[in-house]
Amino acid sequence: MSNQGFFFQAFIYLLAAVLSVPIAKRLGLGSVLGYLLAGVIIGPFGLGFVGQEGEDVLHFAEFGVVMMLFLVGLELQPALLWRMRMPILGLGGLQVGVTAVIVGIISLLLGLSWQMALAIGLILAMSSTAIVLQTLNEKQLMRTDAGQASFAVLLFQDIAVIPILALLPLLAIKPDTAVTLATNGMILAADPAAASSLSAWQQALLVMGTMGGIIVAGRFLMRPIFRFIAATRLREIFTATALLLVIGITLAMQKVGLSPALGTFVAGVVLADNEYRHELESDIDPFKGLLLGLFFIAVGASINFNLLVQQPLLILTLVLGLAVVKFVILFVLGRFFRMELSQNLLFAFALAQGGEFAFVLFSFALQNRVLPIEVTEPLVATVALSMMLTPLLMILNDRVVQPRFTRTEPEPEADEIDDNENPVIIAGFGRFGQIVGRLLMANGCQATLLEHNPAQIELLRRFGWKVFYGDASRLDLLHSAGAKQAKLLVVAIDDPDKILDIVKLANKHFPHLKILARATDRRHAYELIRHGADVIQRETFGSALAMGTEALKLLGVRSYKAHRAAGTFKYHDEQALYEMAHLDADETALIARSRQMAEDLAQLLQSDHEELTHEVDRAWDISELRQQASGLQR
Amino acid sequence: MGNSHHILVLFAHPALEKSRVNRYLIRAIQGLDAVTIHDLYETYPDFHIDVKFEQNLLLSHDIIVFQHPFYWYSSPAMLKEWQDLVLEHGFAYGHEGKALKGKKFLSAITTGGGKEAYCRQGYNRFTIRELLVPFEQTAVLCEMEYLPPFVVQGTHQLRQPEQLAKHAEDYRRIIQALRDDAIDWERLRQQQHLNYNLDQIILTSETSQYV
Repeated sequence: MSNQGFFFQAFIYLLAAVLSVPIAKRLGLGSVLGYLLAGVIIGPFGLGFVGQEGEDVLHFAEFGVVMMLFLVGLELQPALLWRMRMPILGLGGLQVGVTAVIVGIISLLLGLSWQMALAIGLILAMSSTAIVLQTLNEKQLMRTDAGQASFAVLLFQDIAVIPILALLPLLAIKPDTAVTLATNGMILAADPAAASSLSAWQQALLVMGTMGGIIVAGRFLMRPIFRFIAATRLREIFTATALLLVIGITLAMQKVGLSPALGTFVAGVVLADNEYRHELESDIDPFKGLLLGLFFIAVGASINFNLLVQQPLLILTLVLGLAVVKFVILFVLGRFFRMELSQNLLFAFALAQGGEFAFVLFSFALQNRVLPIEVTEPLVATVALSMMLTPLLMILNDRVVQPRFTRTEPEPEADEIDDNENPVIIAGFGRFGQIVGRLLMANGCQATLLEHNPAQIELLRRFGWKVFYGDASRLDLLHSAGAKQAKLLVVAIDDPDKILDIVKLANKHFPHLKILARATDRRHAYELIRHGADVIQRETFGSALAMGTEALKLLGVRSYKAHRAAGTFKYHDEQALYEMAHLDADETALIARSRQMAEDLAQLLQSDHEELTHEVDRAWDISELRQQASGLQR
Repeated sequence: MGNSHHILVLFAHPALEKSRVNRYLIRAIQGLDAVTIHDLYETYPDFHIDVKFEQNLLLSHDIIVFQHPFYWYSSPAMLKEWQDLVLEHGFAYGHEGKALKGKKFLSAITTGGGKEAYCRQGYNRFTIRELLVPFEQTAVLCEMEYLPPFVVQGTHQLRQPEQLAKHAEDYRRIIQALRDDAIDWERLRQQQHLNYNLDQIILTSETSQYV
C-alpha cells in the first residue's frame, strides 16, 4: 500500500466516522448504527471509496474486538467471574445449543444435508459481541440483569468458537480434502492449523502452558514491570507497554491455536486486581474505540447489496427469520432463568443477531468445503444485515417496549447494584487523602483510590489497600475510575493548580458528582468555591484551630469555653470565607497576591474584632438576671 | 378552614438511623405546608447551636413542637442544650422576655415502656403528664399555652408496620389540624394525651365551617 493510498484511505474512514456518528447519535440511533451506515455509504455499493480491500480492513479491525474483551476482562475481578459461572455455562450453553439445534432443524427442513445444517446452526448461534457490548455500554445497561446475562452468553460464545472451529473440518462433505486456511482472517478466532503439526496431547499441554503462563505472568510479573514503567513517568511508554501486552497475547494465542479474544480476556481478568488497571483501561480504550469503529464501518462496507437487490425476498426473509428465531429462543431461556419481563425483553432484543464470528466461521467453512458458496454468500449478507438491525431493535425496545414497564415498576428502596465500582473516588492518597479514606473505610464506605506516586502505592498495597496508579487530572482516568457511577469525588492531592484543574474537569464532565476539595490556603479556597466545589476544607485550618484551643486552655480558659470559642470562631471564619469568595473575582485578580493576602488578613482581623468580642454564650451569663433580682429587692 | 398556624417541629434524635417510630413520625409530616421540621442533631453535630438563628425561627412560628424520644424522663441532651441557650432571659422570659407569649407548645414523644409502666403501680411510678412537668412549666414561664402531649408508648413492642403507620397517620392528622386550626380547643384542653381521642378533638372540614 503506498503512503498516499494509506492516507487517503484513513482520511475516507475517519471522515465517514466523524460525519456519520455524531449525526446518528443526535438522531438517537447510537454510534454503532452510525458506523455501520458510514460503512455502507463509503462501501462498494455506496460511493465506492472502499473496494475489495475492505475485507482486509475488516480483519485488521477485528483486533478492536480483542481489545474490547481485554477491557471487559479488566472490569471483571476473578471472584466476580466465578460468581457468573452459572449464567455463563447454563444460559450461554443453552443459548448456543438450542439455537444451533433449532436453526439446524430449519435448515434440514429446507433440504440441506445434516452436516451443513449443523454447521449453519452453530455458526448462526453466535451473536455480535462487538455490537451488543458497545450498544449496552453506550446506554449504560451493562450493569442491569439483562446486561449481565447478555455478557454471560457472549462470553460463552467466545469460548465456544474454539471447539466449533475444531469441529467444522469434520463436517466437510469431502473429508479427504486438505484443510486450507487463509491465515489473514484469523485475528478474531483461533487458527487451528497453526499447531496442527503437534499431537493432541502436546497441543493440550501447549494450550494449558500458555494460559497458565498468562495467569502467572499477569499475577506476579506485570506488577513490578508496570511499576518500573510508571516510575519513568513517560506516559507514552506506559501506553506502549499496554499495547505490547495485548498484541503479545494475541500473537501467543494465535501460535497455540486459541482465540486471541479469549486470551486477552483472561489476561484482563487476571489484571483486574492490579493497581494499574485504571491506567491500562484508559490507555487501551481509545485504540479499542477507533478499531471497533473501523470494524463496524468495515462490516457496513462488506454488506453485499447485490444479493439484496437480486433476491430481496430471500434475504429479507432470512434476516427477519434469524432475528425472530433467536429472539424467541432468548426470550424463552430468559423466562426459564426467571428473568424479569422487561429485562428479559431487553436481553432478547440485544442478542437477536448474527455475530462477527459468523464471518470468520463461514469463510472457514467455505474453505473446508463444509458449505458451498451459494449457501454462505446469502447467509453472510444476512448476518451483516441482522447486525445492522440490532441497533434498530434496541431503539424499538427503548422507545416502544420499555416505556410500558417504567410505570409499573416501583422505585427500588436502595441501590443494590452488585458493583465493583465504589461510590467514592479519592484522588491523592497522601497525608490528606489517607485520613479521609481511613475514616470512610472505618465506617464501611468503599473508596477507589488514585495515586501517582509508585512508591506510595507499593506501601499501601502491602497493607491491603486498593490503590490505583494514575494522574486524576486526566479525564479518561476519572472515567475509568468510575466517576460516572460514583457519588463523591474527594480531591486530596497537594498541587493546588492541579486540584483546581480536577474540580473544573469533574464539574464539567460529571455534574452529578459532589466534589470535596482540599484547599491549600484562603486564596485557593476562593478559587475552588468559585469553580463549584461542593465542600472545601483548608488543609491547615482544622489543626491550627485545635492548636489555638489548646493554647487557650493552657492560658487558663476552661476547656469547654475554649472549645466553644473555637467553634464560634470557625463558624464566623467560614462565613467570611464564603462571602469573600463571592466578591468580585476580576477585581481581586488584579491585585498582587501578597498584597491581597495582607488585605484579606486586615479584613478578617477587622471583622473578628467587630463580631467576636461579644460574649460567646449569653445564655449562661446570669448577670442580667442578677441585676433584675437586685432591682426587685430594692 | 380556620386561620393557618405556622408550626415549628424541633426534632431531636441522636441516632435516627436506628429509630423506627420517630422515623415514621417525622416522615409523616415531611413536606406539609407551613410546617418546618428542624432536625437539631443534623444541624448541630458539634452542639454549637446558633442562638440568633433559633430565636428567629421561634419568632416566625405559632406552634412549637418538641419531638423526641423520652430519654431518662426528659429530652435527649441536644434539646436540653437548646433550651439552655435559646430560651434566653430577656427573650423567652423575664420582664422584657415576651417573644413567645401566646404561642402554643406541644410535646411529641415516644416511650419504650407501655402505658401500664407510667402509673403509681408501674415501674416508672409517675404518669407521663407528671414526668413532663418541667416542659409544661417551661412553656408556662414563657407564657405559652401547653397542649396535652402526643405520646407513642410501648415502642419496644411496636413491630407491625400497620401499628407504626397508624401512629404516623395520627401524628400527621393532628399536626395538620393544629395548622389549620381545625380543633375543638375546649375538648382538647380536657385531654390527658392528645392522641387518645383524636376524632373528638379534630373537627372535620364540614363542621369547622360552622365554628
